Parts: sequence; C-alpha cells; structure tokens
Amino acid sequence: MRAKRALSARTMDAPASPPAAKFDPAAATPFFTSRGHAGWLGLQYSDHGDDWVELELPWREDLLGESAQQVLASGPILSLMDMASGLAIWKAMDDFRAIATLDLRVDYVRPARVKASVFGRAQCYRLTRSAAFVRGLAHDGDGDDPVAHIQAVFMKIAVDPRKPHGD
Amino acid sequence: MVTEHSDIEALTPYARSLGIALERWEDGTPVFSIGFSDIIEGRPAHMHGGATGGLLETAGYAVLRAELDRIGRVASLKPINITVQYLAAGRELTSYARGRITKLGRRSANITVEAWQDDPARPIATAVMNVMMVTENQ
Repeated sequence: MRAKRALSARTMDAPASPPAAKFDPAAATPFFTSRGHAGWLGLQYSDHGDDWVELELPWREDLLGESAQQVLASGPILSLMDMASGLAIWKAMDDFRAIATLDLRVDYVRPARVKASVFGRAQCYRLTRSAAFVRGLAHDGDGDDPVAHIQAVFMKIAVDPRKPHGD
Repeated sequence: MVTEHSDIEALTPYARSLGIALERWEDGTPVFSIGFSDIIEGRPAHMHGGATGGLLETAGYAVLRAELDRIGRVASLKPINITVQYLAAGRELTSYARGRITKLGRRSANITVEAWQDDPARPIATAVMNVMMVTENQ
C-alpha cells in the first residue's frame, strides 16, 4: 500500500519530503540495456521525473531505414518508446513488476535529423489495478519539436513471467 | 533462396541487422521470418515488443513495395503511423509476418500486418500502418 500512498502524494501539491524511491530509472536502465534487445540497440538513460523517463537511442548506421537517406528506421523508435514506456510505468508504480505491451501507437510526424540521436520520453499518466496508460514523444534534441508521438497501454502480469503463456 | 527483385529493396539495414529474412512468397505476398536470439529478447525468454513491431513494419513496407513494383509505380515510402496490438507473448520460436494492403490510394496506403509463431491462426501481434507514397514530381 506504500506505493499507492506515494502515488497520491505526487499530485499538484509537492510532498514535504519525497517518498523513498524504490525504482530508480537512472540506476535500473544500465541493467536493462546490458543485454537483450535494448542492449543491442545501445539504449542509454537520459532523464526522468516522477512519472516519466527519457532514454537515448544513439545514431547507428545499421539501424537505418531507407539506405539512401541517412535516417533511422522506424522500428528502433518503436523499441525505444516501448522501453521508455516500461521504465516510466515502473517509476510511476515505484515498483518493478512484470508488464506486457498491449497496444502501442506511433505517429511519425517528421524524419529524425541525419546522424542524430533520438530521445524517447514516455509518461505513465494513469495506473489502474491491471493496466498502465502511457503517452510520449520522440525527439532529436529539442523536445518541443518531436519526430514522433506515441500512445500505449500495458498490462500488469499477475503470474511468474518466466513461465511460458505467463500472460 | 528466393531472389525476387523486391526483397533487396524491402530489407532495410535495420531489418537485416536484426536478423529479419524473406522466408517465402505466398500469392505475390512476401512472408518474413526472424529467429529467436539474444538481440530480440525483452523480458527473459520472450520477444521484445519493439522487435515484434520491427518485424511487422518490415512486412508492411515490403507488401506495399511488392505491389508498387508489380503495377510499375515508383514512389519512396514514408511512415505516417503504426498501431501494434500485442495479442500473445512472443516465445523462443521463429516468428513470421505478412502484410495485406487494405487500401492503396494515390498518396497513402493502409496496410494490415499479422505476426505469428507456430500457428498462423493464432497471431502474436497485429498492426495497422498508414504509409505515405511520395513520387518524384510531388
């Protein structure tokens, strides 16, 4: 129930003292990005707040979409936003629990600049008992001029995530 | 090994580097596959949602490129959006994806894509994509 109190504390009124953080995105990101798909992409921690996390996807030649244009493919942006969304949810829950993506929508509003890192910023704006709602954006240096906007819904997984059919 | 002209165009450096391959053609539609490996793993023993999305997107662009190639239309493709529905966890198996053009317009196309593992009747994810087609004189 402590997590619940921490959540209600981070409303408009700033709490007198911040709740003890159980999930620290800055410390947790290297764990997630040391292996697997996030590791292969080279995702790095960039910034975070109470209910949002920003990751950096460094530019890399083998992540290009159209070879003629030196622009990142949209697939890595999906992965970036999926990962940033997960971290934002764990930050908002202040807990690390297994979650699964249910629905993820990406609107690509403009191509990322050539050879630019892309930053993915996701905010978990609503948590329920079983679902987490996320919105976010991807930008290439200026958060006011995004390259993409996202909306996503994740489900909390009730059982052991290591067992097949665990969702 | 299938050596259709459009498979060379369809595979982006990203798709190649992730390990996506053209598996076969079915009624003029390319079917793509990706084997399970560490670089597509999310939570332990499961496929990362981003890699699933990358597979769906690759199959979506490829079916559109194949159709444009077939009707002799030259256009560069630009993403408008993609909505991915994750239906089941991707397990440590080979995954497949194929797209279908729902509507081919003059400037944009609407494409639906399905990804599955052992049973095509039980997709692990589906996507709807809108893609802009830009021709030289536009």
